[in-house]
Amino acid sequence: MKSEHNRPLSPHLQVYKPQLTSVLSITHRMTGVFLSLASLVGAYWLVALARGPEAYAAAADRLGSGLVRVLLMAISFSFFYHLCNGIRHLFWDAGYGFEIRQAYASGWTVVVLSLALTVALWALVFAGAAG
Amino acid sequence: MSLRTPLGRVLGLGAARDGTSHWWAERMTAAALVPLGLWFVVSLVALDSPDYASVVAWVAAPTNTVLLVLFAFVSFWHSRLGTRVVVEDYVHSRAARLFGLVFIDFAHALLGAVTIIAVLRVSFGAAA
Repeated sequence: MKSEHNRPLSPHLQVYKPQLTSVLSITHRMTGVFLSLASLVGAYWLVALARGPEAYAAAADRLGSGLVRVLLMAISFSFFYHLCNGIRHLFWDAGYGFEIRQAYASGWTVVVLSLALTVALWALVFAGAAG
Repeated sequence: MSLRTPLGRVLGLGAARDGTSHWWAERMTAAALVPLGLWFVVSLVALDSPDYASVVAWVAAPTNTVLLVLFAFVSFWHSRLGTRVVVEDYVHSRAARLFGLVFIDFAHALLGAVTIIAVLRVSFGAAA
């Protein structure tokens, strides 16, 4: 009877040391949910476009304001992260990349690539606005 | 012969048997969103100017209209599949879970329809 109480429990979030793999996994979910909410911004932009020049100009003003710009940066990072990590998931689904070393290598690739793409995107946006 | 108890069967416990199609649809929409999403972002950056006339001209070009409608449709579908799983995983109360799933379906249908019709109105020149 006593042994029953000493059986190993399946690891629980509160007592489990965060690792790259688990952190990237929950980040994939969070960016996914965030992108679902961000689709409201895309719908707002296109509806304003369909409503005509005045509505569009007002919407473009709002979308170009400082605080919304920070939101758009967060959306673009989430997009690139979810895209890169999604491709990582598709490779797993096809049966590749399950070795621990491979999972870490692809994980770091996703982190670096999604940050680099976000920086590159906004460099292009600001260069375009200046030029 | 089924090993399930009559009580379990009556209560509707066990697999709903639509897991595979959900899983497959999530992957297929993901695979489609790789080129569609990249196209969308690259196009936005490549846009000459974000002013009304340029954006209308861009949306109304036939190839862009087709790709935008596809991007919107597949995005909302993928979003619906993903957010459903999040609710199924984390919302344990039956009533709240049912409400969450119904809300997700309705919200995605509404937002998807609104977005696609906005694109079509711009493309067909019905915009004011």
